[in-house]
Amino acid sequence: MDQMERRSLSVLVDNEAGVLSQVSRMFSRKGYNIESLAVGTTDDPAVSRITIEVLADEKHTNLLCNQLRKLLPVHSVKLLNPENSIRRELILIKVNAASSEACNRVIQVANIFRASIIDVSPTTLTLAMIGEESKAEAIVGLVKEFGILELVRTGMVALERGTDTIYEATKEKGEFDYGKNVL
Amino acid sequence: MQMTGAKILMECLLEQGVDTVFGYPGGTILNVYDELFNYGDKIRHILTAHEQGASHAADGYARSTGKVGVCFATSGPGCTNLTTGIATAYMDSSPVVFVTCNVSENLIGKDSFQEVDITGITMPITKCNYMVRDVNQLADIVREAFAIARGGRPGPVLIDIVKNVTAETAEFTPLPREEHASEGRLGALIKRASHDLKLPEPDRGDVEKLADMIRESKKPLLICGGGVVRSRAHREFLKLAEKIDSPVAITVMGAGGFRGRNPLTTGMIGMHGSQASNMAVDSCDLLVAVGCRFSDRVALDPKTFAAQAKIVQIDIDRSEINKNVQTDHHIIGDAKRVLELLDGMLEKQDHTPWKDYVFSFKTETEYDQGGSTLTPKQISDVIARVCPQDTIVATDVGQHQMWVAQHFHYDYPGQLLTSGGFGTMGFGLGAAIGAKVGNPDKTVIHVTGDGSFRMNCNELATEQYYHLPIITFIYNNQTLGMVRQWQTLIYNGHYSQTTLDRGPDFVKLAEAYGLGGKRVCTVAELEAAVKEALASGRGYVIDCAIEMDEMVRPMVPGGGRITQFLVD
Repeated sequence: MDQMERRSLSVLVDNEAGVLSQVSRMFSRKGYNIESLAVGTTDDPAVSRITIEVLADEKHTNLLCNQLRKLLPVHSVKLLNPENSIRRELILIKVNAASSEACNRVIQVANIFRASIIDVSPTTLTLAMIGEESKAEAIVGLVKEFGILELVRTGMVALERGTDTIYEATKEKGEFDYGKNVL
Repeated sequence: MQMTGAKILMECLLEQGVDTVFGYPGGTILNVYDELFNYGDKIRHILTAHEQGASHAADGYARSTGKVGVCFATSGPGCTNLTTGIATAYMDSSPVVFVTCNVSENLIGKDSFQEVDITGITMPITKCNYMVRDVNQLADIVREAFAIARGGRPGPVLIDIVKNVTAETAEFTPLPREEHASEGRLGALIKRASHDLKLPEPDRGDVEKLADMIRESKKPLLICGGGVVRSRAHREFLKLAEKIDSPVAITVMGAGGFRGRNPLTTGMIGMHGSQASNMAVDSCDLLVAVGCRFSDRVALDPKTFAAQAKIVQIDIDRSEINKNVQTDHHIIGDAKRVLELLDGMLEKQDHTPWKDYVFSFKTETEYDQGGSTLTPKQISDVIARVCPQDTIVATDVGQHQMWVAQHFHYDYPGQLLTSGGFGTMGFGLGAAIGAKVGNPDKTVIHVTGDGSFRMNCNELATEQYYHLPIITFIYNNQTLGMVRQWQTLIYNGHYSQTTLDRGPDFVKLAEAYGLGGKRVCTVAELEAAVKEALASGRGYVIDCAIEMDEMVRPMVPGGGRITQFLVD
């Protein structure tokens, strides 16, 4: 399990100025690049939830989690188990569709991927699709031949399946679990 | 009661028991200094020559007294001048609250005169920092800042207050320090993350396991790290070491956590560690590191470090566990509490054969006697002989720092003030000033090199003005000795930009500042000078001539196995 993998961290933080910068700078300071980042408030407007994806091995991911827990505005940090979590990302693609043939084929691809067409102009179509990377890569690969004018992604957001929530992963619990090491 | 922000700040400092502040005034912090004028009988302000000096002084004050140091500076260059001091305090976990003022709210973000984003700049070198833009939050934030600086693993905190907040008024309700944790921001923070502020109670099972490991061990080794000093756990550490009859290696930051004269001491560990310490690390079967983060100067090569041993780390900061060296077991908690618990679980042990092996190696390097100049060992011997035993030693960074760490014997935490983590040349004089202000009854000396001293010798003015009888010893080798040593050993003797064959005349410099000065070349001259300096009751600079090619020995190159001595 100790290999470089893309890992998702969910982080609850105070919804205050400078907190995102504090969190993201911690990654660069420790020499890690953030692969994907999504931030938004939760049902409590004073608390934001950050989903960060980082390429790291398990040991270093745990060290990063500990460093995150050290930041005062951080309430809780949870490393999401990929098998037990749902990850989604919204991707918007503006595609060249000047000819009616191109237009039809793009609409077909969109239907297959359950992407919606959210904007039309005489020469372009804009698709919106929700999914994981593999789905995003597949649709991008298919519409590439028509010419992608612009592409934007929201960054991955993730939640655990079932009844588990991040609220059980308080910092003290994280510390407690970490303290239970075995020789 | 309605009060201005500046007055609220003063009241909050009094709540924290602050009676001494180091700092330097300026445009945006004028309101605070205006109020300080009225509080002059309760809060003593030490005006330094430069903000950096103030930052080191507050740090030295904190390290030597165990209290939280406080430092003021103005916006812009005032606060950027603090940054080296903040980083120094951060790397060595020293509790200091820095208070800076920024330009007024209406000027923020306009690149106004002396405006800088100091909270952004100091983000990676503070435990946390605040920008106060609402006077109603000021008291709450100051209370939180002090609790954080001192709580858990201590460290620096910065509060940046915009100028108009210091003039605006708000309702201030005095609150005794014990009640701070039950209200406001601090109350909320404690509720959700008490371990950041309180001392985490070590897990009994974890400690029991360590006790078992110690019982099974035939060749144990203890490392006394900076955490022992910060938590003032020296008594508990001594008790444990004697009970389990284990040799003790001391890190630079751990100096004073274990008595340097104790027969169990193997001396310093790491790059310039003694043969006994480094050989013991290499052959022990159990290594218990207390409050030590295995920096690259201690665990030079993490892979071969204590390869035959089970490594146990005791640290208050969980993010230090397994960061540099992979451990076999760890305990999260305050050193004092863990050692107390551990002591109760163990019975007396005897490790005579193991100790005989360890102490067959040298615990201290022997130097040749110098010709026309002094040797580092001679200087430390004279200082140790003539100065009182409880003398506080502040150092700068370089060869002299290592010599002083190796050859002096420290008896209590806070006796050696040195920038171990950040390696800040120019730290010593400011730190010595802070230490003398905080410990007026103790002798304070400042040990430096000619390179380091030249960096911040402007603080001699502070020393003179406040009548602080600090004795500065310059190990003057006319070069940046430590860099030269590397150039000799690793860089083919290319002495690129390290030779300091230039002024000033340090004796004349001291005299210009109104202090005493002496240049010495022999033991007799040195001894006479130290006696004269002690008797004079004023600041003194003793310029000690040493050989340019004198080396810190032993030395293990960075990244190497701890027993691969480049020089013995």
